Amino acid sequence: MLILKCPYCGVMADETELSPGGEAHLTRHGPGSDDTEFEAYLFMRENPRGVHFERWRHAHGCGKWFHAARCTQTLEVFGTYSAQTTRPPQDLLDTISEKRPGWRWRDLA
Amino acid sequence: MSDALLPLGGAAFEGIVTIRETGPQGMIQLRGDLSDPGLAAAVEQASGAAMPAPLGAHVTGPRGLLWMSPDELMVLVPYADAARTVAELGRALGDRHALVADVSDARAHFTVEGAHLRDVLAKLTPADMRREALAPGTLRRTRLAQVAAGLWLRDPLTAQVFCFRSVAGYMFDLLSAAASEGSEVFHHRA
Ligand SMILES: [Zn+2]
Repeated sequence: MLILKCPYCGVMADETELSPGGEAHLTRHGPGSDDTEFEAYLFMRENPRGVHFERWRHAHGCGKWFHAARCTQTLEVFGTYSAQTTRPPQDLLDTISEKRPGWRWRDLA
Repeated sequence: MSDALLPLGGAAFEGIVTIRETGPQGMIQLRGDLSDPGLAAAVEQASGAAMPAPLGAHVTGPRGLLWMSPDELMVLVPYADAARTVAELGRALGDRHALVADVSDARAHFTVEGAHLRDVLAKLTPADMRREALAPGTLRRTRLAQVAAGLWLRDPLTAQVFCFRSVAGYMFDLLSAAASEGSEVFHHRA
């Protein structure tokens, strides 16, 4: 069972109170982009065994979108953070580096 | 104005707890900047309750304030006062960026009363129903089985549950089933 702390209302929300929003920090490539960029935006997703960054919505609670960092292998949750950012907070990245030395995810490490 | 009809006509069920449909309850949805002192003053004036902290439910009788999200409150007033309160709030908020909507007729309300109320609700919701997690005065938005609901404790033996009116029948059947005779769990203390 996955339990995430909603950074907006502070509730410890069980997975069934949340809606999954897919991979975090995608760059939207729209009109004017080339085919490769547009394909990457639409279809290319990380599917890691280990550290992963995702979007979730507290659908049955306060209704807010937020971000979560977790391990897909162990379900350990490293932390949750605001939706109003394009990059995870540094202290969260430091926490992950402590727990999973040498981790990589897209251009984060 | 015509008489308000409760979704289930005031249905009640007696089991290991008592389920009772309550209302009509005036309920006004307010979205805006909750950190704005002018907005806080307006809702405190309208409800007679103090501005709640996050996840707070300040309710006395039919009046109160429920903290729904970082930018949303429910203002509880007597049903007959709802329309007037919406107008007053609109005036008090002036040209602030805010939304005030009377949702009184769009919600159904139930009380769950009795020593087993935490066990009964815990059968239906993933929310933490321990006393330390949900004390009187705390609002929890969650789901009960398949539908969204909000709940708070009026006192240690009385929970107030509200949901969309369109699922009132489902909610009543759900709560009644969870409260059926002989289904005690004896896990949570009241
Ligand atoms: Zn939340």
